[in-house]
Amino acid sequence: MSQGREDRMQLRVNGRSYDYAGSPAKRLSDVLRDDLGLTGTKVGCNAGDCGACTVLLDGKQVCSCLTAVAQASGREVTTVEGLAVNNTLSGLQRAFHRHGAAQCGICTPGMLVAAADLLSKNKQPSADQVKDALGGVLCRCTGYQKIIEAILDAAQAELPPSPAVGSAIGARAPKVDGLPKLTGEERYGADSIPAHALWLRVLRSPYHHASFEVGDLAAFAAAHPGIARVLSARDVPSNGFGIYPHIKDQPVLAAGKVNFRGEAVLALVGTRAAVEAVSDAEVPIAFKELPAVMGIAAAAAPGAALVQADKPGNVLLDGWVRKGKAAAAFAACAAVAEAEFETGFVEHAYIEPEAGWAERIGDRLEIHVTTQTPYMDRDEMAVVMKLKREQIRIVPTACGGGFGGKLDLSVQPLIGVAAWLLGKPVACIYTRPESMASSTKRHPSRISIKSGCDASGKLIAIETAADFDTGAYASWGPTVATRVPIHASGPYFVPHVTARGRAFFTHCHPSGAFRGFGVPQGAIAHEAMMDELADKIGMDRLAFRSVNALKAGDATATGQVLTHSAGLPQCLDALKPHWDAALAACAAYNKTAKTKRRGTGIGCMWYGIGNTALSNPSTMRIGLSAKGELTLYNGAVDIGQGSNTILTQIAADALGLPMDQFRIVMGDTDLTADAGKTSASRQTFVSGKAVEIAGRDLRAKLLGLLEAGADAALTLEGSLIKARDAQGEHQYDLAWLPSRHGHDALLGEGSFDPPTSPQDADGQGVPYATYAFAAQMAVVEVDCELGTVKVLEIVAAHDVGKAINPIQVEGQIHGGTIQGLGLALMEEYLPGRTENLHDYLIPTIGDMPNMKCILIEDAEPLGPSGAKGVGEPGLIPTAPAILGAIQHATGVRMRQVPVLPHRLRAAIKQAQE
Amino acid sequence: MPTYLRPTRQSEALAALAQGKFTVLAGGTDYYPARVGKPLSDDILDISAIEALRGVREEADHWRIGATTTWSDLIAAALPPLFDGLKLAAREIGGVQIQNAGSIAGNLCNASPAADGVPPLLTLDARVEIADAKGSSTVALADFILGNRKTLLRQDQLLTAILVPKSAHPERSHFAKLGAREYLVVSIAMVAATLQIEAGQVRAARIAVGSCSPVARRLPLAEAALAGKPCTGSLGEFLREDHFAALSPIDDVRASAEYRLDAALTLAKRVLNQLGAQT
Repeated sequence: MSQGREDRMQLRVNGRSYDYAGSPAKRLSDVLRDDLGLTGTKVGCNAGDCGACTVLLDGKQVCSCLTAVAQASGREVTTVEGLAVNNTLSGLQRAFHRHGAAQCGICTPGMLVAAADLLSKNKQPSADQVKDALGGVLCRCTGYQKIIEAILDAAQAELPPSPAVGSAIGARAPKVDGLPKLTGEERYGADSIPAHALWLRVLRSPYHHASFEVGDLAAFAAAHPGIARVLSARDVPSNGFGIYPHIKDQPVLAAGKVNFRGEAVLALVGTRAAVEAVSDAEVPIAFKELPAVMGIAAAAAPGAALVQADKPGNVLLDGWVRKGKAAAAFAACAAVAEAEFETGFVEHAYIEPEAGWAERIGDRLEIHVTTQTPYMDRDEMAVVMKLKREQIRIVPTACGGGFGGKLDLSVQPLIGVAAWLLGKPVACIYTRPESMASSTKRHPSRISIKSGCDASGKLIAIETAADFDTGAYASWGPTVATRVPIHASGPYFVPHVTARGRAFFTHCHPSGAFRGFGVPQGAIAHEAMMDELADKIGMDRLAFRSVNALKAGDATATGQVLTHSAGLPQCLDALKPHWDAALAACAAYNKTAKTKRRGTGIGCMWYGIGNTALSNPSTMRIGLSAKGELTLYNGAVDIGQGSNTILTQIAADALGLPMDQFRIVMGDTDLTADAGKTSASRQTFVSGKAVEIAGRDLRAKLLGLLEAGADAALTLEGSLIKARDAQGEHQYDLAWLPSRHGHDALLGEGSFDPPTSPQDADGQGVPYATYAFAAQMAVVEVDCELGTVKVLEIVAAHDVGKAINPIQVEGQIHGGTIQGLGLALMEEYLPGRTENLHDYLIPTIGDMPNMKCILIEDAEPLGPSGAKGVGEPGLIPTAPAILGAIQHATGVRMRQVPVLPHRLRAAIKQAQE
Repeated sequence: MPTYLRPTRQSEALAALAQGKFTVLAGGTDYYPARVGKPLSDDILDISAIEALRGVREEADHWRIGATTTWSDLIAAALPPLFDGLKLAAREIGGVQIQNAGSIAGNLCNASPAADGVPPLLTLDARVEIADAKGSSTVALADFILGNRKTLLRQDQLLTAILVPKSAHPERSHFAKLGAREYLVVSIAMVAATLQIEAGQVRAARIAVGSCSPVARRLPLAEAALAGKPCTGSLGEFLREDHFAALSPIDDVRASAEYRLDAALTLAKRVLNQLGAQT
């Protein structure tokens, strides 16, 4: 019998022996990562809910977070690091690279290992067998389709070639940063923490609203060996942060009062073992629970208690768009539809929880963190620390999914304050429940809408009011309340529009940015109206949308006349054959169906790219050193969506050198220029334009040195730059140049700030320089007796201006679509009740429909090669299309999402009665 | 640091249990999720190295499923159609990772109202074998689980096997689970049924419903109503709402109580129709 408290054992991992000494009960995942340094295995939940930690134990997939290390002793463990043999990628890994099956890459080790288990037993599996084998691994980025395609292709896949010079734009180029995601080498927020770092654990509010008193923290720390310090509100130099420069309303550590369950109260700092050994109950703190304002209705009620004392009526912001005279115009309408809609909190559920570490270096603070926005982090940290911006350095790690949730500060101010005060590196990794309880969510909404059209189907008026639950602190609430009214009438020409967006404070976690900033909620409402009006005047639902689709020359609800790149009509035309076929197929199926009925639905959307009526610049630099090293200094963080690759493609073609000669420095605020945040679908459009300008700038400088013509073909061989033009070959040895720009001898620079204008009191103006458009259709099968919905098919037509990289564009659409499916059918975050990934459900590989993407390229003259953005648009039309399809199948219009089985079943029963 | 014992013999495990308070660990699929972000402070008795506790064996009058037999072991085992329902349940538990690690006995000892293994085992009239240092005894599964997360297992006892009696008559079984997504989902409701069929008629039926009461329950009224009925693809039509009166579902984040009852009836009809239609 083996017995012990601190056992020594031998482990066999990837064919190598390791000695381990420590607790036999320690999770195998923690041993692999912390004791053996094999950080390729990821930890997403520690509860068997996400599968990111999947490893093979004697060839069979298990969750290493659920495996006591003692149980791995004497057995063969295989991790992602063991899949490549002799530094040669396996066919499976090659296929993942070729098909773009990894986006952020945080689930990729789990996916690869689970797939390796399957392929070891079945070399040619079916798609259903792949789903069965991978059902236990969650992915939040890809929508799973490219993962399945890759696994089916694993037997023959070769590494894809890099595009030739001058043909990078439009190429299905593999990710330039893709290989480390497939080998386990990529370093995320939790993967490169120095061994000597102190650990920080946050004590959080168990109540939605409470006051509290803290006891003697110094005495507590002294009584707990290994605890260096317990931080409280008074340790934070300036205890308020927030997205907007004038609203810093969220404390780093609450001061005497907590306003949401999960709010940070104290931070224990010490050795990892010490902070993890303390139970919350031991900490000297006494809460007194107070009545909480929960939900929009409670917050908006007359005389409601105030969440923030200086915000009357609990209103954060009241935004309007008014064009024409909507209220009066309904009288002239042939058909009018009217309804109210309701959506709940939605959790980003990135598989990588918040993590990072900070270190004080002299009078500077360096923070290594998973983030979508290093420059905003830097500026916010300067405020919190009362330091100059130049004293803060943010070094983004790889980001294991963001979707808007990593735009707000999380661990940064906590580890920053601790590292500054203690003079030692301090690390923090959120647990899954902590991440879910404390991070921002999609705003819950209550939307009332009234739409009217004439007898020919032309929209005449829309009146809509959207109320949002913005939680306890402002975060991105103002953005949602201003963006939604602009988009609230949908991608249609409507002469009379009145749209209002209000955000209310409640005692919930802050609602923030989540893929679409409120527009997905609004689309559920305006698309339901389109269906109902079409039905009322007896018109096909797609045709009705075609009649009204915005096109170049039309004015939007804000009075902005679209001059280019308004491709919704083309999207609808492209959908038409699929739509007609699906309607016919559903009708045929439903003739004989009894309990299961099929339906087809359509959703359209438009989306303004970039910040709303605000400056939104990006600066990109490309350096060339005297040794001939070509570096893209890229301040835009790639969170999996592929900006590193797309920006390299644009840079390569603008400069005229091949993609594979570039190395990338990403996001480091000491080494790059501010490219703005990775949000609002803006990096391809804004940073893409900046990098195009930078590439041309460097090219012009090189051609000047070489005295070559504008159309010369460049080659870079070591330090020799060569140009071939009509006059012959020119060459220059860069070694002659001094390094003027740090590492580099030559620097190309480009900046772009999309032109917008402020909105007036009626919301009139040019809030965005360009808009993306899309139309999606969904085919669903409803089990009418159980109220369950299976989405069978999605066809997504998106006007992206120009697909710089079709693989990445499709990946964004797939991933957005499956998040839209989650919004429609299963995702509902309830504070305090769904703080894990088994009570909060996101779609698995078994929920994905067959997805087809149709890319429409109606060029945007401002964008690089005509490109716009696609990050958020993939999500927005999906829920409306699914809801329309459910209505088509059952006759029931669901006005609350998610359409959980019990809700749909109740509605069907009610309709039958 | 707490104690961690990993015996290779059952007698060693029982001796340890007789002397101290241990948390029994097998596949870890319930142990670790209950301790996210918390210290692992329990004294652990890891029974996964006891070879004798693992595997499915045919005995004279019953099948013996060892306590640490995993769901994957069960799926891979050559077993008669009687076990089809249990195998279907096994395939619906978690993902393959959970099926490869989680043990059937652990599912019973964890005693979740949504334990997928319980309804099929109830319809197999399963008994569990409980051992302590002094000896062993068996008890019906229906009597073993007392409530939500409560069993009659004492601190000094180990559940060592699940025993499924053989029947003199051929039996077939089926199982259906309802969740709000595919894979990795906690059941909203589930139904298992076993039929004994003789000359085209139901000789005996056993039906159990899970996730609709603190402990999954058999439906004696429904079972009685089905006895003697012709075995066809519409066997489920003999079920009536009042057969489900023994259930006491709750509202939670997954579904309403009303829906659970409604869905249980639908699932039960489908399971019986499917069983009835088998030739």
